[in-house]
Amino acid sequence: MAFLEIEHLRKSFGTLNVVEDFDLAVARGEFISFLGPSGCGKTTTLRMVAGFETPSAGAIRIDGKDVTEAKPNQRNVGMVFQSYALFPNMTIADNVGFGLRVAGRPAAEIKSRVEEMLALIKLPQLGGRYPYQLSGGQQQRVALARALAVKPKLLLLDEPLSALDAKIRVSLRQEIRQIQRELGITAIYVTHDQEEALSISDRIVVMSQGRMEQVGTPFEIYNYPRTRFVASFVGTLNVLKAQVVDVSGKLTVDGQPVATAAHLDGTRPGEIRSVALRPEAVSLADADGESNRLHGTVEEVSFLGSVVRIRVRFGENAVSLDTFNKPSVPPPDRGTKVTVSFARDALLLLDGDAT
Amino acid sequence: MTQSASPQALSSRAPGFSLSRVSWDWLGVVPFFLFAILFLILPTAFLVVGAFQDSVGNFTLRNIANLTQPSIVAAYWISIKVSAASAIIGGAVGFLIAYAAIAGGVPGWIRPTLMTFSGVASNFAGVPLAFAFLATLGRTGLVTAILIKYFDFNIYQHGFNLLSFWGLVLTYLYFQISLMILIMAPAIDGLKREWREAATILGATTWQYWRYIALPVLGPSLLGTTLLLFANAFGAIATAYGLTGSSLNIVTILLFAQIRGDVLHDQNLGYALALGMIVITGASNIAYIWLRARSERWQR
Amino acid sequence: MKRAKIGPWIALFLGTLYFIVPLIATFEFSLRMRRGEYSFDAYAVVLADARFQATFGYSTALAFATIVVGVLLVVPTAYWVNLRLPKLRPVIEFITLLPLVIPAIVLVFGYLRIYNSESWLPMTSSERLTDLLLTFGYVTLALPYMYRAVDNGLRAIDVRTLTEAAQSLGAGWPTILFRVILPNVRVAVLSGAFLTFAIVIGEFTLAALLDRPAFGPYLQLIGANRAYEPSALAIIAFGVTWACMGLINVVGRASHGQTPKAP
Repeated sequence: MAFLEIEHLRKSFGTLNVVEDFDLAVARGEFISFLGPSGCGKTTTLRMVAGFETPSAGAIRIDGKDVTEAKPNQRNVGMVFQSYALFPNMTIADNVGFGLRVAGRPAAEIKSRVEEMLALIKLPQLGGRYPYQLSGGQQQRVALARALAVKPKLLLLDEPLSALDAKIRVSLRQEIRQIQRELGITAIYVTHDQEEALSISDRIVVMSQGRMEQVGTPFEIYNYPRTRFVASFVGTLNVLKAQVVDVSGKLTVDGQPVATAAHLDGTRPGEIRSVALRPEAVSLADADGESNRLHGTVEEVSFLGSVVRIRVRFGENAVSLDTFNKPSVPPPDRGTKVTVSFARDALLLLDGDAT
Repeated sequence: MTQSASPQALSSRAPGFSLSRVSWDWLGVVPFFLFAILFLILPTAFLVVGAFQDSVGNFTLRNIANLTQPSIVAAYWISIKVSAASAIIGGAVGFLIAYAAIAGGVPGWIRPTLMTFSGVASNFAGVPLAFAFLATLGRTGLVTAILIKYFDFNIYQHGFNLLSFWGLVLTYLYFQISLMILIMAPAIDGLKREWREAATILGATTWQYWRYIALPVLGPSLLGTTLLLFANAFGAIATAYGLTGSSLNIVTILLFAQIRGDVLHDQNLGYALALGMIVITGASNIAYIWLRARSERWQR
Repeated sequence: MKRAKIGPWIALFLGTLYFIVPLIATFEFSLRMRRGEYSFDAYAVVLADARFQATFGYSTALAFATIVVGVLLVVPTAYWVNLRLPKLRPVIEFITLLPLVIPAIVLVFGYLRIYNSESWLPMTSSERLTDLLLTFGYVTLALPYMYRAVDNGLRAIDVRTLTEAAQSLGAGWPTILFRVILPNVRVAVLSGAFLTFAIVIGEFTLAALLDRPAFGPYLQLIGANRAYEPSALAIIAFGVTWACMGLINVVGRASHGQTPKAP
């Protein structure tokens, strides 16, 4: 039996369904991300797990216990907020010890637990400071320590890094992951940042408009997006309009033939379908091993440092592709005629019609 | 600010020009300071100095000592009681109403309506406010009449009198409550929803949330604004004068009468009376500013 | 957490009751002049009273004078402090708060002593000069509100950049102040002006002690001698205050409409 079970969860405000038919089983110690754009229902789902929102239908069980109707302060769940939400009138130590204090634990126990938690987040010397004296990254680590101090069964993180600088974001997410592994705690992490979700999670739930689009490991989500939404939201994606020639996998893109490994069952010749290509799956060479080649013109060259992103136009369609920067090889000029190549199975067929 | 150039830079360019520019900057605020000195500082200073002088200008503490005569002490005492009662009740009620409108989960239109109305009501003080309460709770007021007619209950036979201590407090509450609402609204906005959620999910009850977080965070604003209300009521005169004429012995009315007709027959005692008022309102305002700064320290 | 709670509703209901009932009662009382039926007689009597017209007109004129003097005093000062003397800000702020600390009655007491007819600056020696003193007194009373409004407005715009942009285009100081800065803080100035108007129009203490025929002392006089007219006057005064606050909201909202916000 899964540690956290969410069954057919629904949340409606009036006639608007914010979350629909959310179904998920999370194993003990697993790190799950809810990924999606703002307004997709990921935060609402998290808040239902926390108990701040009451589900319109469905059930939530933590460790076998039904908590669907339980109040937040009876769930034994820890939560980290985007805005840190440290209590401004308390020192760092008092913040971390707050959960134990309201639970009526003895002072000595609170003290040792607070020290333990501050050591865990590597801020042992800051116990006497106030939140406003700390940087954003430090505040969020304290918030993490506060949530963990009560030994919750489940850790919920609501976009915890969104308010921070890019560099701190990367280092802190590694730290969060490391602490989560160390404690073996089950965690749900809400984010709109696909890179964050991919780098940190055991599994990702991609959500859009209140629905689960796909659940899977970062590897699955990135390489085998099941819907057009997932494909476009996770990573950069070239979406091309291709015309079906033959259901065996033959298509044309702007009149040039290409082949896909995907099944074209259910399509008819002449139909226009959306196909997708990751920039890193395309190379700017007439590589022998690759079966697909397209001839086009360099439209745009963006130098991104270690990577050079080049946009090649074929006609109606264009693809962006990434090549590694080599000091010995300058990037091509705009207007250069080039050939790009990619593997059959790099060309993904997306659900839905080509609109 | 590129104003603070290094000495070398100053001397390498035209030093005279830079110097004259510095002095011009100060000239820009001369009219303001002149006005403030003439119509704010000097008149006050004159009274403060006068409070320590006798009629021929020698230094004396007699005026201050004379403030202890029973009628003056009584006037200060009633003023302090009226101000404190209206500040504490107005502060508590105003806070509850503001909290209800902002964080009570009521429809969104209530808040702006309340704010606009509070803006009006906090300025609806003085003589017209006194008229309004006379028409409401005076001997022939509407509420008095309704209570007699429908409930056979004459509040004036049960100890109530609008022209008394509690009548004045009840009237003052009209602008005190609304002022409290106006000033506390931003502070209540500063209470983040996440604090409550974080406290709740850590196991705190509603009471514990208020005890450990909301009240300590709001504390300085609550106390500070109550002090501001106190000073506000303490310096008020028009409402009381409109309500009771000069029959209620509060310190502003006493000073008013002193200025008009010199009832104390001692100019310098009048100065001491004014000094006493400045000290009381000044102390509560300084405490307000200090507490305000304390509460803003957390607003991040 | 959107639980339907009864507490807030009770608080709001009782609050509304306390605030509305006196207004209803006053209005009802003001209609009672004619025996046995409701009428607007009290309003007719008040509005026809020559002293009402004279005092209301006097106070209105004084309010406008106060606003003009206040704006001319506060806007250049606040602008200059923002632009060149930011270090002076705490001092100026402290001074503008003083009128909240020093009761009006104390202030006017000082005026009477310093500017009496035998003093070095005998501002109470003639009616015109007393009017001027009263205006300055009102500017002082309104200073905390006026300065706060204008300073907030100036802080919301980038004074330094605007000034430098205007200077680089060749504008002189009067042009910068009146054609660039003032229009940009128009809303703030108007808010301060309406608030000033609301304060001045019914002010009692200064006018009474400087013995000028203003609306406040007239209200007090009527209150002491008449039965129904005071209620009518209270309703009129409330209406004037409401109009001022309403206008503050209107200009505030209009300015929001001018600056398009990203959705």
